[in-house]
Amino acid sequence: MTLTSYIFGIVSAAMVLVVVIELLRRRQLRERHALWWLIAGTLALVVGIFPETLAHAAGLVGVEVPVNLVFFVSIGTLFLVCLQHSAELTRLESKTRSLAEQAAIQDLRLRSLEQRLSAEANDTTGN
Amino acid sequence: MHPALARTLVVMPAFNEEESVGAVIRELSATIPGIAVLVVDDGSSDATSKVARAEGALVATLPFNLGVGGAMRVGFRFARDQGYDNVVQLDSDGQHDPASVRSLVDALDTADLVIGARFAGAGDYRVRGPRQWAMKVLAVVLSRTAATRLTDTTSGYRASGPRAVALFATHYPAEYLGDTIETLVIAARAGCVIRQVPVSMRVRAGGRPSHHPFKAAAYLGRACFALVFALVRPAVPIPVRELT
Repeated sequence: MTLTSYIFGIVSAAMVLVVVIELLRRRQLRERHALWWLIAGTLALVVGIFPETLAHAAGLVGVEVPVNLVFFVSIGTLFLVCLQHSAELTRLESKTRSLAEQAAIQDLRLRSLEQRLSAEANDTTGN
Repeated sequence: MHPALARTLVVMPAFNEEESVGAVIRELSATIPGIAVLVVDDGSSDATSKVARAEGALVATLPFNLGVGGAMRVGFRFARDQGYDNVVQLDSDGQHDPASVRSLVDALDTADLVIGARFAGAGDYRVRGPRQWAMKVLAVVLSRTAATRLTDTTSGYRASGPRAVALFATHYPAEYLGDTIETLVIAARAGCVIRQVPVSMRVRAGGRPSHHPFKAAAYLGRACFALVFALVRPAVPIPVRELT
């Protein structure tokens, strides 16, 4: 591994962490959505600074080519985040749906109230 | 008017039905004068709401399209909040004959959910191919779940009694085919009595149901999917109506 690629790995991981933390700081990312990205960024940073941890971890789980462990963990993380987003989307959709239904019912009630009010107003002016 | 009919709300989900909704409301009011009608405009881009309002129906307008499930839940919530005992679902495209509303509501005397079945003798309505197989499979499985013989489980022409209205106002599925298949499972599991009565159907003004083989096969797949997930979801109880 050249020095350039070593530094490149560390800088990339640090950038991921900086972006995630900055978004959290500005309240543009909620903690429960940031969790997976924080874990992934931290792992990448650790492996970037101490490449031997990757070889060691690969040996522990019996992966012969260490880089395959990186691919496996990355894809796994992306998969989990995607799944979390789908579930979140479903939740949001059902909330929107419920709000739309309530809006329709309230619109209907408002209309009938207005109608009744204007009818009463006509009655009083007629008398 | 029959007392049960006076406590009944007819809910008509309508999506871009300006051409037919007026005629259906007129025909319904002529058949059962004074019946309460709620048209749920499911985010139509045409004059559905305007036409329905002009015919004297109550109209709830959804800000965007939610599908039949969302529209019906508006109907059930409104019925519960306004104190209606029964809800009859009636299509706005004229496919359902308003004359059958009376027999559906009559059948509520002995049931909580009454399905207007299209193949049970009245009228002439036929389907073929994968769509027919799907309906057969659904009929067999759901008849077992509902503990009664059902032949037309995907009929949208149905009446719900007080227990079913309380149930559906809080637990009405919004997914594809949820309004027909899953509602039956939810109702049966909550202990509702389900019955079917024959109704006659007319040819839809807006064309026939699709018989294209791919579409029919997709329908079969989605119906089975909906059925399986309806059966594996946890059962929900009928909510107790709070006394006020």
